[in-house]
Amino acid sequence: MIEVRLAPLLHRYTGGLSTVHASGATLHELLDDLDGRFPGIRFRIVDEQDRPRRHVRFFVNETDARDVGTSLKDGDEVYIVGALSGG
Amino acid sequence: MMQADPGRLMLLVATRKGAFVLHGDAARRDFRMDGPHFLGHVIHHVVLDPRDRLTMLMAVSTGHLGPTVFRSSDFGATWQEAEQPPRFPKAAEGTRKRAVDHVFWLTPGHSCEPGVWYAGTSPQGLFRSEDGGRSWNGVAGLNDHPMLDTWTGGEQDGTPDGPKLHSILIDPRDKRRMYVGMSSGGVFVTDDQGTAWRPLNRGSLAEFLPNQYPDYGQDPHRVMLHPLRPDRLYQQNHCGIYRMDLPEEHWTRIGERMPAEIGDIGLPLALHPRDPDTAWVIPMDGSTVWPRVSPGGRPAVYATRDAGEKWRRLDQGLPREQAWFTVKRQSFGADTLDPVGLYFGTTGGSLWASSDEGERWRCIAEHLPEIYAVEAALV
Repeated sequence: MIEVRLAPLLHRYTGGLSTVHASGATLHELLDDLDGRFPGIRFRIVDEQDRPRRHVRFFVNETDARDVGTSLKDGDEVYIVGALSGG
Repeated sequence: MMQADPGRLMLLVATRKGAFVLHGDAARRDFRMDGPHFLGHVIHHVVLDPRDRLTMLMAVSTGHLGPTVFRSSDFGATWQEAEQPPRFPKAAEGTRKRAVDHVFWLTPGHSCEPGVWYAGTSPQGLFRSEDGGRSWNGVAGLNDHPMLDTWTGGEQDGTPDGPKLHSILIDPRDKRRMYVGMSSGGVFVTDDQGTAWRPLNRGSLAEFLPNQYPDYGQDPHRVMLHPLRPDRLYQQNHCGIYRMDLPEEHWTRIGERMPAEIGDIGLPLALHPRDPDTAWVIPMDGSTVWPRVSPGGRPAVYATRDAGEKWRRLDQGLPREQAWFTVKRQSFGADTLDPVGLYFGTTGGSLWASSDEGERWRCIAEHLPEIYAVEAALV
């Protein structure tokens, strides 16, 4: 399983949980798994062409991941955070 | 929680930082503020379904998250997110990857089709729901039209925060007859509920193009159809105010009768619910670098009572000087009471009301976030 840490802006989908567990061999599969349990969450963070939203960032462990094809393995930690943006 | 006062007026105010509802008393003198709802969310439009006066849809995004639609079937007490928000299909390899940036416009469907809604997006896309906003599908006849990219131009041809499809109009006599406005692109019409579309722009100026009267490529800011005379259309365009009386498919520039020092550039438009000859506009400065603020810093509404032959300035109660209002295309609404009430919101967060068809104005809310849309609804 992969530990997923979610920014507060996504907690409404997880019933307030900031950390959840999910599975998937790639970020794409992980997002599908999350969306199955937390309907709607995927489209808020990845667009219909599988591109991360402009102000959403993924980190796998501590490495910036810009592509939903990024590979994952059991024990990884995935961070889904809001990028710095303002106004 | 929102609670409606039965038989009363409600103003649905969408802002860049959340939604607000103002409940008017019977005299439309005092308004009770309710909100913010969805504080911090970017709300482009909140619409009450006139067919049941209960269902509300809200177009929502945030600074970080993608676009969606929220739906309430209990008059705003609770909200549920659409299970399938408006989205373009996954693009085939080598084709343009379109993604909805935000849902900009919501329109309830024809009165004979309860549960049907339409949504307009940025970039330009038209979407339809047949289940009250729970799931949305693209209207392929427009979204996949082989001419769409040519009609709309590149993304640099859009409005400052993205090109938009707006002003989704349905002929009350025939659900198959629909119009949309695209900025840019122009006005387009279908007679078969969205399968075939054609431009409807003859007579409408595009002074920013080499061919100033093209078949398409114009920038309609707001298009409206009169509910009692659906063959009459009005348009506040990037290049003037127009009227069309079908079956003649030609826009007549009625804004040329506006005072020269004011001009006929603006964003919003409002129509009288019972008199097809009466319309109101809020002019803005469209000169030089397009300040898009009240000309001369003196805000005014202009009214015509004869379908654009003459215009009259209405500014009693509005600031007399140094007031630089910008009123967006969705931020001017009319109620259906007698006399008609008018309401507009500014990007500076003030909300203005007139309960006598624009003769006298008063500020009914200040210090709101940037106002994106104002809808007047009777409950």
